Amino acid sequence: MIEIKNLTKDFNSLKAIDNLSLKVPENEIFGLIGPDGSGKTTLMRMLAGIMNLTAGDILYKDKSIAKNTEEIKAFLGYMPQKFSLYGDLSVIENINFYADIYLVPKKERAETIKKLLSFSNLSDFKDRPADKLSGGMKQKLGLSCALIHKPRILLLDEPTNGVDPLSRREFWNILYDLKTQGVTILISTPYMDEAARCDGIALIDKGKLVFTGSPKKIREEYAGNVIEMITSDNILAFEAVSVLEGVSDASIVGEVLHINTAIDFPPETINNKLREISISIIDKKSIEPTIEDVYIYLTKERQKLPSEDHKK
Amino acid sequence: MNFKRLVAISRKEFIHIRRDTRSLLFSFLIPFVLLLLFGYALSLDIKNIPFSVLDYNDSAASREFVSGFSQSGYFDLKGYLNSEAELKNTIDSGKSLAVIVIPPDFEKNLKASNKVTVQTIIDGTNSNKASIALGYINAISQSYSARIFTEDKVLKEMKAPLSSEIRVWYNEKLDSRNFIIPGLIAIIMLIIASLLTSQVISREWENGTMEQLIVSPVKPIELIFGKLLPYFIIGMIDLSVIIILGKTLFKVYLRGNILLLFVLSSLFMIGALGMGITISIIAKSQVVSYQLALLTSFLPSYILSGLVFPISSMPKIIQYITYLVPAKYFIIILRGIYLKANTFFILAMDVLYLGVFALLMFIIANFRLVKKLD
Repeated sequence: MIEIKNLTKDFNSLKAIDNLSLKVPENEIFGLIGPDGSGKTTLMRMLAGIMNLTAGDILYKDKSIAKNTEEIKAFLGYMPQKFSLYGDLSVIENINFYADIYLVPKKERAETIKKLLSFSNLSDFKDRPADKLSGGMKQKLGLSCALIHKPRILLLDEPTNGVDPLSRREFWNILYDLKTQGVTILISTPYMDEAARCDGIALIDKGKLVFTGSPKKIREEYAGNVIEMITSDNILAFEAVSVLEGVSDASIVGEVLHINTAIDFPPETINNKLREISISIIDKKSIEPTIEDVYIYLTKERQKLPSEDHKK
Repeated sequence: MNFKRLVAISRKEFIHIRRDTRSLLFSFLIPFVLLLLFGYALSLDIKNIPFSVLDYNDSAASREFVSGFSQSGYFDLKGYLNSEAELKNTIDSGKSLAVIVIPPDFEKNLKASNKVTVQTIIDGTNSNKASIALGYINAISQSYSARIFTEDKVLKEMKAPLSSEIRVWYNEKLDSRNFIIPGLIAIIMLIIASLLTSQVISREWENGTMEQLIVSPVKPIELIFGKLLPYFIIGMIDLSVIIILGKTLFKVYLRGNILLLFVLSSLFMIGALGMGITISIIAKSQVVSYQLALLTSFLPSYILSGLVFPISSMPKIIQYITYLVPAKYFIIILRGIYLKANTFFILAMDVLYLGVFALLMFIIANFRLVKKLD
């Protein structure tokens, strides 16, 4: 469906996207995962046809975006990271403006707008200026405007950034709904937990592709074990455990201590160490690696092998 | 170009203007205030020049001479002085702009048909005002001496070999309002077309709304014309208001064809709008575009167009620069139609220039508005 081929984007001396190749299958919710500054927004903008490519190409059903920009844009819906609708215009004025711009026929317009307002729960706020909406409502208005012309492909750049958890869940339900209608959705997010909601994901770091595949498959990439435990003193335990040979990463997540170890690391080592400093273990279990674990693991692995990058 | 999209953009722009106090002020209040200021306060005619008299003669002749000044309408007699010290004081304090010093033997010498010299002291701080006052004083003195001359029985027999009779056309009373107010149309149009319009595209870049807009199939030319249409309409409304107020408040009558005035004003407005939007497209930030508009179109139009300051008295280099200022041509057109009832053919060269300028601006604007973020 969407094929990114050896894509590179330079900003003066900075390489924002570095020889990136990626395929996004049709009718999937596909996540672009990476921290801030990894190049997600740049990639999204090039996918939306509003930024020039330095090298490489993006193909939509074998059509190059560089040559068929306007034709491709007609079936794209794009929602920028920053709220980019008119704050002094009301909800309905914004939607109507985009309906006019996309030349949505008057006949189907009423129907479409009604549907958009009801699924985004904005019916009661349709006369409110966009500036006076909450963060979650703004995002839903942005989505509504991006959907006014019934696009086949939806590009969402960090749509849930800064949105409360409840609105976030609501937003995802809308996306699932759109998927059943046959829309292909490409969503970027810095939140690893959102990656698990996608059908396919691509991990990006410093403009390079780290991994692509299903969220399930990515866990298989992880060579190591993950242990979660609760101790009598998590902070002291964290300090003691993180320096152990074979522990690649440790962090305190809420009430629990999250430990990543090498595959051949004997789990008893932790028990022994904690006994030495007389910290008692309240609970300890082995868990599936989260996508965050894999992400950190994979980016660390890449850093260990800088020479390999050059060979490529 | 799709007309529906153009209208959608215009409609949106109208909403922005309606809900933005600053835009409303610039569109409707400031033109009106400028008209009042220029009409009432900015008068280049100097009237009621305050003056005093140090009369060492104190005779019927000297008083008659002085009354020639106070009755002219250009001078306002502040009083008679008694000493040189008072003279210095009245000039220093600014109570009088000029002091006329009449010598003790004024009447005696006049009667004897001898040459009489009257001294005038003028405060030259404001050189423009001083030189105009000086001109008036000379004229009044000459007309006084001419009168004495003709009253003289001996001299009456002789005829002056040459006399000049001056008639002023088009602005018979040489009232500066008659040439300021038509010129003001250009300035008011520039406020809307360049200062206000300089914001329309840069605002979209600055607020990030452009990112959503350029993903859509909207064409640059639709965006440009759609954005400019509301400002064009406002410009035409303001033009009508100036014509009406100029007539009712300031008695500045339109002598030429009103249709021609509207057509040629539209042409100027289109060029100025093109320049405003070009600035807006290039600058990408509202502050920068506003400054650019002020420096490249508003100020040159104000100073170098001949609106207030005569181009013929500028240094040669500056005079050449004025050829690049579109407002110069438009002000010639405005005064031509307003005061001289010029027809199209007389103004054809100026119209041609404005046409070329407008075309050029839109070509640049369309070329520079690229639907890309980098």
